[in-house]
Amino acid sequence: MRIALRLLPGLWLALLVAAPLALVAVMALSWQAEGVPPYSPPWGGEGINPENLRLILEDPHYRDSLAQSLVTATLTAGLCLLLAAPMGIAIARAGRWRDALLAAVLLPFWTGFLIRLGAWIGLLRDEGWINGLLRALGLVEAPVPLLYTEGAMLLGMVHAYLPFAVLPVFAAATRLDPALEQAAADLGATPGRAFLGITLPQLFPAMAAAFLLVLIPAAGEYVIPELLGPPEATLVGRVVFQEFFGNRDWPVASALALALLALLILPILLFQRLGREG
Amino acid sequence: MTGDGAGAVTPPRLSLRGVTRRFDSVAALDGVTLDVAPGEFLALLGGSGSGKSTLLRVVAGFERPDSGTVMLDGADLLGVPPHRRPVNMMFQSYALFPHMTVAANIAYGLKREGRPRAEIASRVAEAVSMLRLEGLESRRPHALSGGQRQRVALARALVKRPRLLLLDEPLGALDANLRERTGFELRAIQRESGAAFVMVTHDQAEALALADRVAVMDRGRLVQVAPPREVYDRPATRFVAEFLGAANVITGTRTADGALESPGAACTLRPAAPLPLGVEAVALRPERVRIGPAIGENTAAGRVEDAAFRGESTLLLVRLAGGATLRVLHAEEDGAPPPPGAELRVSWDAASVVPLRA
Repeated sequence: MRIALRLLPGLWLALLVAAPLALVAVMALSWQAEGVPPYSPPWGGEGINPENLRLILEDPHYRDSLAQSLVTATLTAGLCLLLAAPMGIAIARAGRWRDALLAAVLLPFWTGFLIRLGAWIGLLRDEGWINGLLRALGLVEAPVPLLYTEGAMLLGMVHAYLPFAVLPVFAAATRLDPALEQAAADLGATPGRAFLGITLPQLFPAMAAAFLLVLIPAAGEYVIPELLGPPEATLVGRVVFQEFFGNRDWPVASALALALLALLILPILLFQRLGREG
Repeated sequence: MTGDGAGAVTPPRLSLRGVTRRFDSVAALDGVTLDVAPGEFLALLGGSGSGKSTLLRVVAGFERPDSGTVMLDGADLLGVPPHRRPVNMMFQSYALFPHMTVAANIAYGLKREGRPRAEIASRVAEAVSMLRLEGLESRRPHALSGGQRQRVALARALVKRPRLLLLDEPLGALDANLRERTGFELRAIQRESGAAFVMVTHDQAEALALADRVAVMDRGRLVQVAPPREVYDRPATRFVAEFLGAANVITGTRTADGALESPGAACTLRPAAPLPLGVEAVALRPERVRIGPAIGENTAAGRVEDAAFRGESTLLLVRLAGGATLRVLHAEEDGAPPPPGAELRVSWDAASVVPLRA
């Protein structure tokens, strides 16, 4: 029983992480081909194909999509953190309102993801509620383009990922010893100083975790840019989708996915290192 | 530093008048009036919920009383936010800043005062040497032992040279061996610093050993404020006698001539002076009870039920004729104690019968 329990995580990792990853890596080194599946593996007679990876590193189309994704994901994670840090701390200190406020943060999960995006479309489109209101108030004559903009995309991303950032900050803030801030006050620190110098540094690891928890899924996000973003927002998720289903070029799509993974490992390592030092 | 010059009227360092604090309808502090002299070491002794920690937090500024005044050297404290009070506190959990080194923890309060760097450095060094923390300056709190953390917390508060230092169970987190030694150190540091110390503790031995005066609290009220010897020898109320633990508390009814007739002890306890009206209990310390032929009129008969050897003495549980149990301390130097089952006679001096208010 105990051995089985020990093997279980290993089995889990092998089945759900290592195997798919290996499959993607193999595909990235394969050749595009007619048929099902539409590629021929390195052992199919043609050997390893280094062209897919080289293409991704050299072709500005792919490089830009990776860069654009990282910028968007970083912006999303940064904005989420900016909102989540005060929210998490405030909820942790909300006394008897704590559970209700936490439930309010999690409430959006009870609605389908696509329904939430649909709601944003309904609000933001030219004939939507916001433009309707602006026109009714006489503030604008022609509708303001809101939907299919960078702003709408970021709004959707922040809205979708905010709970992931709030939870770690909240959890860390509830574990803070209230005596620390009192000790700072006792030693002469104003409430603001005590918060910045004593409370906030203890939340840094949780804030780093919150940032990463948003950054990583946001970097590969496909649906939100597709539904809310501008056509020129060719984020890597969209490009992978395009290669995979549009061009049926599974090897290039796989190579792109690997490149994104490689790019995301860097910040993870960096944050882990900071966490150890802190 | 104890400003008790002849005839000089020194205002008390800390002066509490009618301090009351209610949580919902329960009074955590109920009209507490207390003075602490400069350089005095006062212990607030009480069980959990007695209000002793609330009182400390009121003085530190983390709790606002509903009524009453708190003065430091004659100046009002209640209008002053915690970070401006010239009072420092050592927290029960020590509350060391985990992301700072020992030196940074100690320097924190001086930095908030805006002291020049050189002064901060020399005062931190002074505090480090006073509390024997040399070599630990660059460690983080998690890399320290319990005793070291306790000393850092003390250094961090003392380096500010507070006129009044509040200590919340300062020895509570230490193991028994370290407690005794740290207790002596605490007294020495208190004398050296000249600050008034107000210490909260639930441990009567700690309060008696360290403090100049002990203030016993029960349900938000001060029941007795007196030097340790007096609290020990002459507990004012039944609560104090029972909280301090060691004394026998004998209940009964007051006779017309001021003695206590106790059915449990099957005797009449006659104090040196007639008992005040309304007193229906007395304290009798175990070491004041003699075994042997009756001397005087304070005497009772009983049988040894059990005995516990304590090294320098043996504690006997004596069942008196009326059914009450009397704890009797039998000194080793008086020879072998009577064995369990032995019938004997006990007696005591009138002066040892201490009247207890309800």
